[in-house]
Amino acid sequence: MPVPDLLIELFSEEIPARMQTRAADDLKKLVTDGLVEAGLTYASAAAFSTPRRLMLTVEGALAASPTTTEERKGPKADAPEKAIEGFLRGAGLTRDDLEERDTPKGKILFAKITKPGRPAAEIVAEVLEHTIRNFPWPKSMRWGSGTLKWVRPLHSILCLLVTEEGAEVVPMSVDGIAAGNTTQGHRFMSPGTLSVRSFDDYTTQLARAHVVLDATERAEAIWHDATNQAFAQGLEVVEDAGLLAEVAGLVEWPVVLMGKIDTDFLGLPPEVLQTSMKEHQKFFSVRNPKSGRIERFITVANRETADNGATILAGNQKVLSARLADAKFFWENDLRTANAGMTAWLDALKNVTFHNKLGTQADLVDRMATLAREIAPAVGADPDQAERAARLAKADLASEMVYEFPELQGLMGRYYIEAMGEDKAIAAAAQDHYAPLGPSDDVPTAPVSVAVALAEKIDKLTGFWAIDEKPTGSKDPFALRRAALGVIRILVENKISLPLQDLLGTGAFFFAYKQAVAGTKAADTLKEQGFQNPMFVENLERWKVGNFDISLNEKRISEIEYYPDQIKDYTFYAIFDRFREMAIVPDLLSFIHDRLKVYLRDQGIRHDIIDACIAMEGSDDLNLLVKRARALSDTLKTDDGENLIQGFKRANNILTQAEAADGVEYSFGADPKFAETDEERALFEALDTAEAQITPAMQAQDFTTAMSAMADLRAPIDAFFTAVQVNSDNATVRRNRLNLLSRIRQICLAVADLTRIEG
Amino acid sequence: MTEMTTAPRSFQEIILRLQTYWASKGCAILQPYDMEVGAGTFHPATTLRSLGAQPWAAAYVQPSRRPTDGRYGENPNRLQHYYQYQVLIKPSPPDLQALYLGSLEAIGIDADLHDIRFVEDDWESPTLGAWGLGWEVWCDGMEVSQFTYFQQVGGHDCSPVSGELTYGLERLAMYVLAVDHVMDMPFNDPQSPIPLSYGDVFKQTEEEYARWNFDVANTDVLLRHFEEAEAECKTILDQVHDDPKTGKRIVMAHPAYDQAIKASHIFNLLDARGVISVTERQAYIGRVRALTKACADAFVQTRAGGWTPGAAA
Repeated sequence: MPVPDLLIELFSEEIPARMQTRAADDLKKLVTDGLVEAGLTYASAAAFSTPRRLMLTVEGALAASPTTTEERKGPKADAPEKAIEGFLRGAGLTRDDLEERDTPKGKILFAKITKPGRPAAEIVAEVLEHTIRNFPWPKSMRWGSGTLKWVRPLHSILCLLVTEEGAEVVPMSVDGIAAGNTTQGHRFMSPGTLSVRSFDDYTTQLARAHVVLDATERAEAIWHDATNQAFAQGLEVVEDAGLLAEVAGLVEWPVVLMGKIDTDFLGLPPEVLQTSMKEHQKFFSVRNPKSGRIERFITVANRETADNGATILAGNQKVLSARLADAKFFWENDLRTANAGMTAWLDALKNVTFHNKLGTQADLVDRMATLAREIAPAVGADPDQAERAARLAKADLASEMVYEFPELQGLMGRYYIEAMGEDKAIAAAAQDHYAPLGPSDDVPTAPVSVAVALAEKIDKLTGFWAIDEKPTGSKDPFALRRAALGVIRILVENKISLPLQDLLGTGAFFFAYKQAVAGTKAADTLKEQGFQNPMFVENLERWKVGNFDISLNEKRISEIEYYPDQIKDYTFYAIFDRFREMAIVPDLLSFIHDRLKVYLRDQGIRHDIIDACIAMEGSDDLNLLVKRARALSDTLKTDDGENLIQGFKRANNILTQAEAADGVEYSFGADPKFAETDEERALFEALDTAEAQITPAMQAQDFTTAMSAMADLRAPIDAFFTAVQVNSDNATVRRNRLNLLSRIRQICLAVADLTRIEG
Repeated sequence: MTEMTTAPRSFQEIILRLQTYWASKGCAILQPYDMEVGAGTFHPATTLRSLGAQPWAAAYVQPSRRPTDGRYGENPNRLQHYYQYQVLIKPSPPDLQALYLGSLEAIGIDADLHDIRFVEDDWESPTLGAWGLGWEVWCDGMEVSQFTYFQQVGGHDCSPVSGELTYGLERLAMYVLAVDHVMDMPFNDPQSPIPLSYGDVFKQTEEEYARWNFDVANTDVLLRHFEEAEAECKTILDQVHDDPKTGKRIVMAHPAYDQAIKASHIFNLLDARGVISVTERQAYIGRVRALTKACADAFVQTRAGGWTPGAAA
């Protein structure tokens, strides 16, 4: 039988550009999976999309699915009639189809079920109908009087099986739309119906009818023409892959046109021009490489015209001017507000809710300012500058430009703060403090920016922890995982040593303090009104007798004692209580450690290595923690390192068992004078040498040297275990050896908690 | 070339051509609804008539008011009072896109010279409890219409689906007539004995309403009116279906809907006066939506909404 090719085109009203590529892939997957599942294999398949069509070509398919036979074991021959009937019903057979066979278990009935192969057309019809009815559009709709759902009204289905003998329409229909062999060309340039005979014929006819089928080809043509036109004028097109893909999904016949931006608007920041043109008009920006200014735009029309696009370009230019006039209006108004000190914006932030349990944007700014000031010294920033930067960082959220283009937040802040005459470092922080937004986004490096960026994220984490809005499973509506990763990356990539314990405590303090004060105010009002809420009274008592874990943040709590005028007794206790109840600092720190594990795992560091380092003191300093983990990971990759772990574990196991059996702790007193063998004496020497290297290295946080010295112990430890029996009959020798093992344990555990290393 | 494909000379000529065109395509040419609305969609000929199975085809001009958009007649494109042209056909015909493109040609937009595009735009009206899918139609990069297949209105699934076209008349006309400021646009034929511009007709009212909307409208009175309209809407819908006086089944969906429209407009006025906070806003929108939903529920209990004697009440 000849090997057929399959041709499918689903022709509809305009499919949203952002959905086309995915839809073509889905069409290919659903149809080919369906064919294969029905036994119809094929050689190759490819899918395409334009604004009005999804297209699939499958080459070298079987003309029919193969006939299959399956043997099914039934009940025993002497089974009750009902059981046999049931089996027959299930298999769709009659008694005559059964065969009786002798088996070790007696006579058993067997059925042979033959499934005849089916012609390709029948299978294709079934698969395509199922595909159309179950297509995974992100959003779909009904139209007219029909019940079928598609992304926009579906007009025709082309479905052909093509062999050397010719093309045949696959007989099928969905919701009244019958498959045929026709399609349409370009809506305006080539109206009318095309009859198609094969894939080659289809692409040739479409090209003639002004449709470029392949989105990649359209994108390449657009980019080629755009860069050529810009180059001819000594200009360059600003690259934007997302925009290019979108524009390629808006046209079937791309025609690139370049126009000028009115000189009135060239004074706007280039990002404003670019954003306005992209968001509103889907224009590319064309830059003068000498000045860096955006001077022209590229628009992509869907057709050629008799006047070579002159009318289209003029229209686009006019629309752009109206848009940019708006942008210019915003820019000039905003500059006036900025030059007046931004007070109007800072006041406006008092009316913008950050989160209904966490106060307004102005409250957020206050907290960020305090945190930034506290962080500043550790990151090498001037505290006054860091605080000022934090106070201004969110001001642009109230500006007209950011209201219009939210994606310009931060950037506009930088422009406006610079315009006020503030230090560039303060202005830059407005833009940088949102970063990093993703795992590949750059982290801020300028000290003031780092301080504000950390302040923003620490506030966010502690705030949402305080109101118990932690991420769960796949849900992370406030992007707290991203915030934690941001903290990690800023600290680690800038090599900043900053213990988080205190900082998280400061963050947590705001919320605890605020809640306590709010509670006190409410309580005061109630008391003034003579209200005796039993729960309130009870709480009051509970606060007073509370058993507080003041180790959580002694410093903060001791500070509160100096504010007797501002904070009433029970407020003070309430704060203790909130700390105890929420216990947010350790919980949050462990969340950050979990994110750190993910971050380091992506860099090839095992989770047990990180656990071994987290268990050490000072692990709230992420930079230190990562240094330790990297050094340990490197050590464990060496032969000595890997074997040392075995030696350490052996020593630790023997010691633990002996300690358990003897009920004592062997922790010191190993003396070389009781050593009986050379290997034992060598180990004493090696431990002395290692200790002499490790102690100063650890003090200098030089983990690489410390761990390399530790790894050097591998050979003497191995030699010791080979030559020496720890459990000697001589009690003195045994005790001395156990104390020697204890030295191994102490030295190794000073570097990292090796008991947590797996394997 | 027919007369229709020549360039129109005035704002009113564009409206007249649209009327003639859609009349020729079989639409009933209705008149504007006699109440203040924010958009042509609010006309009961669209909201209520998009519900139920009865076929429908209507086109009309609807004066629309958006108090917050007032700029004292000074902004070239923004007005607190403007016109929308609205077409609603149920069920949506298969050639609705072609019909729509024909209407552009009728007002002088030559598809051979212009770049006309259908760009994704999902439509949603929180106050109407309605949504649909479609596009904004671009002509040379400018949005000239909204094209929507209604999926749900007043919380009811639309079946059959209506196709809705909305033209922002001032913007479209400014484009066709190549005018930069709306107030400069010829309202009637510039060759008329008394030529009138859009500004001659509307500049003064834009100023007057902007002042009233923003600074003078009595918010206490408006708040009270809102409550009253809401209460009246509910009272109307609470009545039994069978009129005790005539003995006929009379479900008063339209009078109730008038009150919902009124509440919606008063909300817009309050919004322009800046007395509604962000959190209150959502609550007000929810209250208006509850009214329109209740009106939609009532409409499907009427004959026009598909109720037949013997059907469950």
